[in-house]
Amino acid sequence: MEKVAIIGIGQTKFGEHWKYSLRDLMAEAGKKAVDDCGIAGKEIQAIYGGTMSAGRMIGQEHIGALIADAMGLTPIPSTRVENACASGGTALREAYLAVSGGHYDMVVAGGVEKMTDVYTDQASLALGGAADQEWEVFFGATFPSLYALIAKRHMYEYGTTEEQLARVAVKNHHNGALNPLAQFPFEVSIEQVMESPKVAEPLKLLDCSPITDGAAAVILANEETAKKIADTPVWINGSGQASDTLALHDRTNICTLNASVVAGKKAMKQAGVTPKQIDLAEVHDCFTIAEICAIEDLGFVKKGEGGKSMEDGMFDLNSSISINPSGGLKACGHPVGATGVKQAVEIAEHLRGEAGKRQVENVEIALTHNVGGSGASCVVHVFSRGGN
Amino acid sequence: MPHRKSLGLVWRRIPQRYRLMGTKCFTCGSHFFPPRPWCPKCRRKGKIEKHKMKGRGKIHSYTIVNVPQQGFDLEVPYILAIIELLEGPKLTAEITNTEPEHVSIGMPVKMVFRKISEDGDSGIIHYGYKFEPELKE
Ligand SMILES: [Zn+2]
Repeated sequence: MEKVAIIGIGQTKFGEHWKYSLRDLMAEAGKKAVDDCGIAGKEIQAIYGGTMSAGRMIGQEHIGALIADAMGLTPIPSTRVENACASGGTALREAYLAVSGGHYDMVVAGGVEKMTDVYTDQASLALGGAADQEWEVFFGATFPSLYALIAKRHMYEYGTTEEQLARVAVKNHHNGALNPLAQFPFEVSIEQVMESPKVAEPLKLLDCSPITDGAAAVILANEETAKKIADTPVWINGSGQASDTLALHDRTNICTLNASVVAGKKAMKQAGVTPKQIDLAEVHDCFTIAEICAIEDLGFVKKGEGGKSMEDGMFDLNSSISINPSGGLKACGHPVGATGVKQAVEIAEHLRGEAGKRQVENVEIALTHNVGGSGASCVVHVFSRGGN
Repeated sequence: MPHRKSLGLVWRRIPQRYRLMGTKCFTCGSHFFPPRPWCPKCRRKGKIEKHKMKGRGKIHSYTIVNVPQQGFDLEVPYILAIIELLEGPKLTAEITNTEPEHVSIGMPVKMVFRKISEDGDSGIIHYGYKFEPELKE
């Protein structure tokens, strides 16, 4: 297996981009990534593009070709990857596998979603496509309601409180306020979260990630190519992916996302690290409860201790593990297909020491965690500076 | 455009949605709802037959939905729950004939047959299971 590094990164501002189309956003992120590593572009041999619901959101399928076209990279092979909200992370993994398997020297992993061209109810309906249409959505489940079911059970089993959930939003908005590309770069208080309108109890509006437009891209290369081009290659040391039942109710324990557990263990085992060695992680906080589950399922704390340790500030910027320095999906925004790739862009900035005001100090090992649906897909990557 | 449901899509799930028709593996005793055509534990040794669930169970978790999805607009807020059936499988359904403040995890419930939603455009009305408290207060 070839060693694989991220040598170029690019991300658009996340937010409501009324002026820009999906194509414009992808072109901008792609150009930034190509410019970042100072290549001409023709060295790139393949594209893997993550998007969840372009068909429902803008009526456009065939996003693989669209990305190649937008980036001016035709005629290289370009493939769309779809795994609901984990589309971006899965595109990154497909790109990683292609290079580590020796098929290509250099590829792009991109992710994009254009969500504000439809009204919110239509966007919500499209996002519901990540759940089980026949056995959840038919009976009245919305996407937030599934995470609310997890939250309610988590509160029942472990005594987790609504204030502890709110603490996730407070932390991520604090970090997002330091991120120039974040959709909501401002602080919120526990009281503001607690008093925001109810969506699906116990989840309130400020427990939920927003509807966002945006794109991100990373350029991956094998060791030989990376060492020629990049001053500070960011190495991908481990990659894990797992699946679970599509419907939340079919799981033995709805408070554990087994796909996160399995993907996390695989990625960390390959990288030869333990959860304690991770300095920084970008985890999938589509709802505040999702971050609580993520830090437990990845082994940063024991199951049931997520809420308490969040309250204690264990995951604040530059504490024991900095979780979601970008602001997470919550404050940075969640252009669904772009999120998994954006997480890798964020990690690379920290490992290179280029993350500005939100820079995490002394980062050696970092992790990304990208979830699809209510946990039916999960992709985890482990990164380092300086290699194995 | 909302996801409109053709008659075929509705019709093929009638036995499950109207009568909780699942399957049972007579080799290991596992029940499956929605029905599985084969047993994941026993695989080739499994002996699968149709099996109607009793329609009784308890609430595993629940939420009060304030922002509904399309077609459910008239019923806000509604109580959505994961119910663990006596036979073992869990399912997602609305809790009816009670108020949010009377619902709790572990509460016994039983199945009732109800209208679930309406496709505004096609006029198709969807029916299926909801659950209500076993003991009315
Ligand atoms: Zn069996």
